[in-house]
Amino acid sequence: MAAQSTLVWQTGEIVEASDAADGIRRLVIRPERPAVAPPGSHVDVEVNGLRRSYSVVRCEDGQWTLSVRLAADSRGGSQAMHALRTGDRLRISDPLQNFPLGVGATRYVLLAGGIGITALLAMGATLKRRGEDYTFVYVGRSRPAMAWLRELEEDHGDRLKVHVDDEGTGLDVGAVLNEIGADTELYMCGPIRLMDAVRREWVRRALSPTSLRFETFGNSGAWAAEEFTVSIPGDGRTITVPTNLSMLEALEEAGVEVMWDCRKGECGLCVVRVHEYAGRIDHRDVFLGEAQKTSRICLCVSRVASDGATHPQLVIDRP
Amino acid sequence: MVLDIAQQASVTSKIFAFPLNAWYVAAWDHEVTNKAPLARTVAGRPLALWRGTDGRVSALADACWHRLAPLSKGAIIGDELQCPYHGLRYNRAGRCTAMPAQQTINPSATVPSYPVVERHRYIWVWLGDPDLADPGQVPDMHQMDSPEWAGDGETIHAGCNYQLVLDNLMDLTHEEFVHSSSIGQAELSEAEFEVTHDDKHVTVSRWMLGIDPPPFWRKNMRDKFPGFSGKVDRWQIIRYEAPSTICIDVGVARAGSGAPEGDRSQGVNGYVMNTITPESDRSSHYFWAFMRNYRLDSQSITTQLRQGVHNVFGEDEDMLIAQQKAIDANPDYEFYSLNIDAGGMWVRRILDRMLQAEGR
Repeated sequence: MAAQSTLVWQTGEIVEASDAADGIRRLVIRPERPAVAPPGSHVDVEVNGLRRSYSVVRCEDGQWTLSVRLAADSRGGSQAMHALRTGDRLRISDPLQNFPLGVGATRYVLLAGGIGITALLAMGATLKRRGEDYTFVYVGRSRPAMAWLRELEEDHGDRLKVHVDDEGTGLDVGAVLNEIGADTELYMCGPIRLMDAVRREWVRRALSPTSLRFETFGNSGAWAAEEFTVSIPGDGRTITVPTNLSMLEALEEAGVEVMWDCRKGECGLCVVRVHEYAGRIDHRDVFLGEAQKTSRICLCVSRVASDGATHPQLVIDRP
Repeated sequence: MVLDIAQQASVTSKIFAFPLNAWYVAAWDHEVTNKAPLARTVAGRPLALWRGTDGRVSALADACWHRLAPLSKGAIIGDELQCPYHGLRYNRAGRCTAMPAQQTINPSATVPSYPVVERHRYIWVWLGDPDLADPGQVPDMHQMDSPEWAGDGETIHAGCNYQLVLDNLMDLTHEEFVHSSSIGQAELSEAEFEVTHDDKHVTVSRWMLGIDPPPFWRKNMRDKFPGFSGKVDRWQIIRYEAPSTICIDVGVARAGSGAPEGDRSQGVNGYVMNTITPESDRSSHYFWAFMRNYRLDSQSITTQLRQGVHNVFGEDEDMLIAQQKAIDANPDYEFYSLNIDAGGMWVRRILDRMLQAEGR
């Protein structure tokens, strides 16, 4: 499927800056080199030396509209974005796409929580244009904090279901998932807590894993990356895996030949058997089933973390 | 001025590119079933089409995500398509739902799924930007499934660029020479014609008054008015809708009975429905039907008309294939235009603008 993942920088000019909701600014940016930003795509921007990603809410007439929420714990990124005024220029990337809207499902459910609406607004417009059967669920703390609400009500009518916490109409995840039939795809973007709740319930109901779509920024693992060692019986060496290398890379540097393809924990070609280990294995792949995780490991993404008692180490079969 | 000449050069191009942001017919409704997938190439893209248990049609790229084996040789399992090689299974959105010999499914495993609309007895697909796939843009061919019209048609797998078929249908003076035994007559090239157009339609109208009906039309008049003889007023109103649908309002009525003014009660009226799907640069799927608005209950007339038009269009097919061969055999020769090409030239200009809008 079309994914655009190469970062290309250019310059954009702010042509409109206004309030979209409480604490949310709407920025319309005219890039020097216009490019189509399909639904689900985002741009990276650099402000005050910080790099941030924002979904493109709308792409029209060569201009991109972003919505930026002022983060309470902002390290300066959203503050700087809120300070932008018409005429200001900023470093901005071409659109990147890793959350594409598919084609061919029988039904679609869009689930947006808070500022997550920015990733789904354009998808709603496309589903309407394509004449699809869809429901657009929008969850927020309070109406004044929900950007784009009026436009969404006008565009989607009865297909829009609004849940507002401070009106006592908060979201019931189970009720949303009751609507999921075979061949229904759910696209979601929102707070981690909301997305985790949906994922848990999705798995519990044994719904098709591939039909739940959300923006993945890579599985960052259960524990932070630590240095550990890996050894292979008969090889005689102990290979160190520093924090900035994967186990696969460290083995390659040591001259161990490994079979691999995707290098992102999906294909399973670099999986090896685990002989023994000290510490905790941090499985970061999506290939191994739960039962397989006790005896195997995916070299390209997974690591070993310390359990506090011993230096983390791993003994594996020769790849 | 330079720009104008450059544009004219692309408008008279001999191998015309096809727009992708458009609905094209992939198949007749009855060709796509729940029993076995159908393989068909549309606008250069091989597709596997099948019908789900609820009757809805899906279209996936005809190549498995894994090693690109053609899914159209696979099996339909419920609503899903199973690869014939290693059994990977795909749902209607093209997402893999089963992989061999592993407990999980690679989340990247997806085959492109294309927007599909079933309308007017045809399965329409959209190969371009799916965000623009508005079903409201499916061309109007309502006579195909209206209770006021009856008829049937066929598909010609035409060995020529789709634009040659459009040229053929936008100017019917060729009937005098290609179809002399059925619908051709000298008055076709003698009668005046009128061309109108907007940003997606071109209409070419021609009336021939007080003429002898050619054999095809005499037979049709006698089906409605047994024993008919005498002169007729004949009309051909060719209506093109971008990118490649042409519905031709054709008929004859007793001469002087008021048909040009709108009273067609003393005549017979048919619609030649044509929609041409580019398959490759040099081949097309040409879907046609002949619909009529009289003697709706007569299957024998439906069969006779389908066979009659089949014979007529066979003559066109021979000419189009020969023309494509001559074009390819003479790469250094250009096209020149005649006055009769006005309709076809407006069609080319509309297509050229669509291609420009797609940046092609």
